[in-house]
Amino acid sequence: MKHNIYLYILIITVVTYLIRVLPLTLIRREIHNRFIRSFLYYVPYVTLAVMTFPAMLYATDSLWSGLGALLVGVAVAWFSGNLFLVASSACAVVFVLELFL
Amino acid sequence: MRTGIPVSLGYLAVSFTLGITAKQAGLTALQAACTSLLVNASAGEYAAFSLIAAQASYLEIAIMELVANARYLLMSCALSQKLDVGVGLGHRMVMGFTVTDELFGLSILEPDKLNPMFYFGMMACVMPGWAGGTFLGVLMGSVLPASVVSALSVGLYGMFLAVIVPQSRKSRTILIVVLLSMAASLGFDLLPCMAQISSGTKTIILTVAIAAGAAILAPVAPSPDWEEGLDEA
Repeated sequence: MKHNIYLYILIITVVTYLIRVLPLTLIRREIHNRFIRSFLYYVPYVTLAVMTFPAMLYATDSLWSGLGALLVGVAVAWFSGNLFLVASSACAVVFVLELFL
Repeated sequence: MRTGIPVSLGYLAVSFTLGITAKQAGLTALQAACTSLLVNASAGEYAAFSLIAAQASYLEIAIMELVANARYLLMSCALSQKLDVGVGLGHRMVMGFTVTDELFGLSILEPDKLNPMFYFGMMACVMPGWAGGTFLGVLMGSVLPASVVSALSVGLYGMFLAVIVPQSRKSRTILIVVLLSMAASLGFDLLPCMAQISSGTKTIILTVAIAAGAAILAPVAPSPDWEEGLDEA
């Protein structure tokens, strides 16, 4: 069955909006439950790590350029942490490597 | 407004690569721009486009969005502490539309209570950049040579690395959590019995399991400085 693209967009809009707006409107005091706070604290790192690796290796035309981008991206992020520097250097590595591959 | 402009320019570049993903998922430029305007989430939109490309079920995409954007829940919790009790429901509801990693970071950097007007100013700067970049990404993705598209497709992953790597450097616990997540993710892809599971479901299962495990084994200190660790998240 083919899914409706507008229904997809509607669903992600509503879900994302509720996630953001409910805490802002409902919570007027701090969360004290240590487990919930710790869980929420780790969530972004796990999610992003799982989504990045190994998917980054398959994103480009060649496995090797993806690996190069991963290594350079990690190195640049480790030493600078600048979001756009990391993203653009990863792109540059792929572009240069694929000229030779 | 002034704080928002550099962020907007960065958004333009990142959302451009997002547009390329949207195009691969079969969205038109207008549909992709609408999504960006309505959703305003990099990882969340990326995950959604991947699932749309895979024709995932509506339930799967809703749960994925919940998990991919769960961090906004935490950010909104933190932002709610930054607002004056007197800030009305209407203002809070508009702000809730655009809680993003970068705006959250900028808001937390404000020394005093957060003025909703300051927040609206930032929103006005970044939202056109984000939606416009996505729009251009879909349009230009087909014009640009394949080598450039291939190169830009790692841009988003680069952005994710820029969030997780510096934090891994600061905190050994996060480093272990990140390495474990990546290893588990690779394991899921390689094990034949797990190959049936879609990438969205994989992300959900691993996120809940590993984050819960980490929360039990290494709970974060119940001090207010937990917000600092999230500045760049």
